[in-house]
Amino acid sequence: MSLLFLVEHKGGQIDDAVMGSLTGARQLASQLGVELHAMLIDPDAESAVNGLDTYGVEHIHVVSHELLTDYGPDAWAESLHQLARSSGAVAVMATGTDRGNEVMAQVGARMDLAMVANCLDIEPDAEDWVMTRVRWGGSLHEKARLSAPVKLATLAPHHTNPTSAGKPASGTVSRFTPDLDQSVTTTLVVERTTVSAGITLATAPVVVSGGRGVGSAEAFDIIEELADLLGGAVGCSRVVTNNGWKNHKFQVGQTGTVVAPDLYIACGISGAIQHWVGMMNAKNVLAINTDLDAPMVTKANWAIIADLHQVVPAISAEISRRQALADEST
Amino acid sequence: MRILVCVKRVPAPGAKIVLTSDGQDIDSSLLGFTISPHEECAIEEAVQIAERETGSVTVLTLGPPEAEEQLRAAVSVGADSIVLLPSAQPDWDPLPTAKALAAAIQNLESESGAPFDLILFGNESADSGGYQVGIRVARHLKRPMVTGIKGIDLEEGSVSARRETPGGWEVYRLPLPAVVGVKEGINLPRYPTLKGRMAARKSSLTEMEPLVGSSGQSKVTLLSPPDAGTSVEILGESPEAAVRVVDILEELGLL
Repeated sequence: MSLLFLVEHKGGQIDDAVMGSLTGARQLASQLGVELHAMLIDPDAESAVNGLDTYGVEHIHVVSHELLTDYGPDAWAESLHQLARSSGAVAVMATGTDRGNEVMAQVGARMDLAMVANCLDIEPDAEDWVMTRVRWGGSLHEKARLSAPVKLATLAPHHTNPTSAGKPASGTVSRFTPDLDQSVTTTLVVERTTVSAGITLATAPVVVSGGRGVGSAEAFDIIEELADLLGGAVGCSRVVTNNGWKNHKFQVGQTGTVVAPDLYIACGISGAIQHWVGMMNAKNVLAINTDLDAPMVTKANWAIIADLHQVVPAISAEISRRQALADEST
Repeated sequence: MRILVCVKRVPAPGAKIVLTSDGQDIDSSLLGFTISPHEECAIEEAVQIAERETGSVTVLTLGPPEAEEQLRAAVSVGADSIVLLPSAQPDWDPLPTAKALAAAIQNLESESGAPFDLILFGNESADSGGYQVGIRVARHLKRPMVTGIKGIDLEEGSVSARRETPGGWEVYRLPLPAVVGVKEGINLPRYPTLKGRMAARKSSLTEMEPLVGSSGQSKVTLLSPPDAGTSVEILGESPEAAVRVVDILEELGLL
């Protein structure tokens, strides 16, 4: 008996979100008294296999097929479904990423079984499991009961820290060739384009973000100047994209990008739920707002109660002044 | 070109979500309701395609009778016909929701004698966020589906769909009829015009009995996550506070 986990990798590299949820899956497998199995899809799966044994993976299934040229929800779900059946998995899981949720939903549709998305905590019982899951992007949790012959779920990313097992598992590797036909090719990625490298909103150490209080597209100049000085990224709230002041790719929030920087500087953002869930994992928050009672102010670490149009340039000027002093003294 | 958009009526919370005392629902007594943001964009995309290609847009929802409000809002921004599957049951899990929607779609298609060329869903609902109803409907109808889409181009007999990745785009090409899950940012939804509002009031509403089913998943209770309990330090009430901010930036090692 096994818990089968889809391990996403990018050219053989596995990121922390996946390793964290794999850690959660290991803890669950040990509570259930079943083996933890991992499924990795070619190309480049072999180079991602190293080290999975230290994460408690007993068995690694490397999946390859001539039709698995790139990502495709049907090709991946069909492979995972077939492997789950042939290996007798009692539970099939993945990380709650775009792909993880998409593939697991496809597996759920194929098995005609419930799939519980973005779980934070699972209490496995002999029959029914009780799972705590994310709602409203994380501003609300739900306890759900799941009764199913095979339990399907995704685990919320960045919830469990990646930690290796006390003692390494055997980590044996075998190859699995699914039975795929041309029907899966209708949803394969057919083309890829790369837009930009450099600092991305999702990974920037500092995000300087503007909301309704910024007032216009032009007024974002001062937000951009501060972000540049800090080597950070520019963000904005949903009001800003709805007003057409900024492109949607800058939007932080439930329907935009989720960020977790060292510092989030919220300029003229009131802090509605939609926005808050996109930045609530920031390590520190500085709010600049004229309203002392704005939710963003009450939930921040620090706040300045003044007009951002004066405060933001003043911060930029102070940074430049100190940098000039430092340059003089060297 | 016949397009169907599936939407969901959800509360529009402001800054805090308050639960009912039994923990079974959001206290919506003081809240308005809306269509999930991704779905507003799905409607806009459908209307734009229908305007370009001469087509029609049907909007379908499963929900309480009050969801008529969201369907009429869809008409006010360009939808042609609206269908409600009314249900007094407050919480539908993803699997039975998908079966009810798929059955209704099959009914609509057999009445008109042709499949919808394109069915659009929002990527996930704002409230329950199950990430799966559209995928299950597509599987039921034996049509291809991709989610997370921020760009759609129709070609002869196929749809090209773009998904944003951390440093670029990946492109899918699905044969029609197809199903696509769209994300906010694919377009900027229009506001209703006066003419649109008039049309919304007059539009006839089709009601169909939803197919009722169950899955192994059931809600036990809703919980508010624990409060982080931070207390805010006010650095000042004038631009002079910038000095304190830069001190903090230095302490955090961000300069």
